Amino acid sequence: MSEVLVLIDAVDGKVSKPSLELLTIARAIGAPSAVVFGDADTATLSGYGAEKIYTYADQAFQDFLVAPKAEALAALIAEKSPAAVLVPSSAEGKEIAARAALKSGSGLITDAVEVAVDGGNITTTQSVFAGSYTVAAKVTKGAPVIAVKPNSVAPVEAAGAGAVEAVSFEVSDAAKGAKIVTSEPKAASGRPELAEAAIVVSGGRGTGGDFSEVEGLADALGAAVGASRAAVDSGWISHTFQVGQTGKTVSPQLYIAAGISGAIQHRAGMQTSKTIVAINKDEEAPLFELVDFGVVGDLKTVLPQATVEINKRKG
Amino acid sequence: MTKIVVAVKYVPDATADRTFESDNTVDRENVDGLLSELDEYAVEQALQVVEAGDGEVTVLTVGPDDAADAVRKALQMGADAGVHVVDDAIAGSDAFATSLVLAKAIEKLDYDLVFFGMASTDAGMGVVPTLVAERLGLPAVTYASEVTVNGDTVSIRRDGDAASQTIEATGKVVVSVTDQTGEARYPSFKGIMAAKKKNVDEWSLADLGIDASEVGLDNAWTGVESNSPRPPRAAGEIVTDEGDGGLKLVEFLAGKKFV
Ligand SMILES: Cc1cc2nc3c(=O)[nH]c(=O)nc-3n(C[C@H](O)[C@H](O)[C@H](O)COP(=O)(O)OP(=O)(O)OC[C@H]3O[C@@H](n4cnc5c(N)ncnc54)[C@H](O)[C@@H]3O)c2cc1C
Ligand SMILES: Nc1ncnc2c1ncn2[C@@H]1O[C@H](COP(=O)(O)O)[C@@H](O)[C@H]1O
Repeated sequence: MSEVLVLIDAVDGKVSKPSLELLTIARAIGAPSAVVFGDADTATLSGYGAEKIYTYADQAFQDFLVAPKAEALAALIAEKSPAAVLVPSSAEGKEIAARAALKSGSGLITDAVEVAVDGGNITTTQSVFAGSYTVAAKVTKGAPVIAVKPNSVAPVEAAGAGAVEAVSFEVSDAAKGAKIVTSEPKAASGRPELAEAAIVVSGGRGTGGDFSEVEGLADALGAAVGASRAAVDSGWISHTFQVGQTGKTVSPQLYIAAGISGAIQHRAGMQTSKTIVAINKDEEAPLFELVDFGVVGDLKTVLPQATVEINKRKG
Repeated sequence: MTKIVVAVKYVPDATADRTFESDNTVDRENVDGLLSELDEYAVEQALQVVEAGDGEVTVLTVGPDDAADAVRKALQMGADAGVHVVDDAIAGSDAFATSLVLAKAIEKLDYDLVFFGMASTDAGMGVVPTLVAERLGLPAVTYASEVTVNGDTVSIRRDGDAASQTIEATGKVVVSVTDQTGEARYPSFKGIMAAKKKNVDEWSLADLGIDASEVGLDNAWTGVESNSPRPPRAAGEIVTDEGDGGLKLVEFLAGKKFV
């Protein structure tokens, strides 16, 4: 069975959930080979079906933006002629994929929300135009390089051989151009990751700057917190939490928007959520066009009442 | 003297009903187009760099005849000159081909820095800047939320998920900026008048030494097979809060097994 290269994303060795999703998808195409720059827990990788694990240790991979990783990945593609290459559809993942694909003469698809495999044929689905259309696409040249969004499949465990192969790769000087000079890790919020969460509760300008009601409801539901750009631009919450065209695209089981009007750029990031709920004082707010359930009212009273009731029911 | 090329894209208006042609390419004829809002931030940052010292901003677009509007808007904002690469053979190009045309056009220009938006508002792959850098053999500092140019060093802040980083590169550098860099200016009346006198060069593939077989829909490395509008959502239930809005919300959530 031919290899499928899977670019693994890990922080302090802990493999991200989207990486496990990629390994799960890879198994439908061929034999998954994990590609790891730095550290990743190999037991987790083999527990999700990795037959091989290629590891790269050079410090240059950590010190410079994407170019060194793209170079190494392109070399691996040339050597292994994989059936496909899967990467996380993050800013970094997409840039690595693009450069590696160009170097390898392979077509590239980004932002896939579904990867269907039929024999040797791979077709992807993407959501475009702010979620108003879906398109089906195929790579027509080379080994398909596909960047897949989080939450596209549920990760499924499967034992793989997990044979570790340390690859020594000489990073070219040309790839050492964009140097990471400082890096301040962000404090963990203790809540689920926004892009991966099953439930998201977001607040907008209507919070007036106080996110405590939004956070209260999020914690009662075990949800991630999100925000509109108006809330981010006002300095009320970090950009990391922004949902929308220039923030994160989320596709949770449940999306609750409080004090958010529903501009097209916000919809672009949440329109594909399974169930949508809005709380807004203005019954004309465009977001109400999308909802499964809406409350016309003040979030300052509706959210705390819901939070108390949920906590009561949980006992 | 800092010479900056800003690559800007002409895109269908996101607030209009965007749609596809029969060959599954984006319809760029029947929907009003404009300078991609996300590229306005790149024009703004380039203008600020030049205004802080001394230099020149050239805007570059690859697109159909109407794409000249995008160049015009950037000139009205204050850019000095424009280049419009237009050629029927380019229609339907993928990101790789677009990056080839941009790279060849940039090479033909005299430049120090190249600025991009973070992503186009139609295709939105966010990979063209990094591809152009790859083709030109230049470092790319992308997704900047802050840009500082100091002599021949570009320093950016990047607000990532796991960390907030400072990234530096020297010499000729490709930069892409996010909407976090700060509000883009509106063209002033003076700017609009001045733009009328500014020069826009039109270049074809032949001017760039690119063969038609390297670009266009038929030579793309990926293909869109079909497109379908998202089915409209069934109208939801909307209640007005009369003191029990929160309780009704929990009823709904419990019915869906979220509580
Ligand atoms: C290039 C570009 C990119 C963009 N990218 C994004 C993006 O990624 N994400 C994004 O979100 N936006 C984005 N925007 C901005 C977007 O256009 C809107 O401006 C923004 O989403 C509005 O945020 P909002 O809904 O919180 O604020 P508003 O539109 O001001 O809406 C606030 C809402 O709160 C309601 N409200 C007020 N008080 C209360 C209360 N006490 N209780 C209940 N409801 C209340 C009001 O009725 C109103 O509907 C982008 C814009 C541009 C031009
Ligand atoms: N046809 C084009 N002409 C000029 N610049 C472009 C074009 N396509 C993309 N760009 C630039 O590349 C950026 C990213 O585009 P994309 O990779 O399509 O999301 C845009 O914000 C523009 O700065």
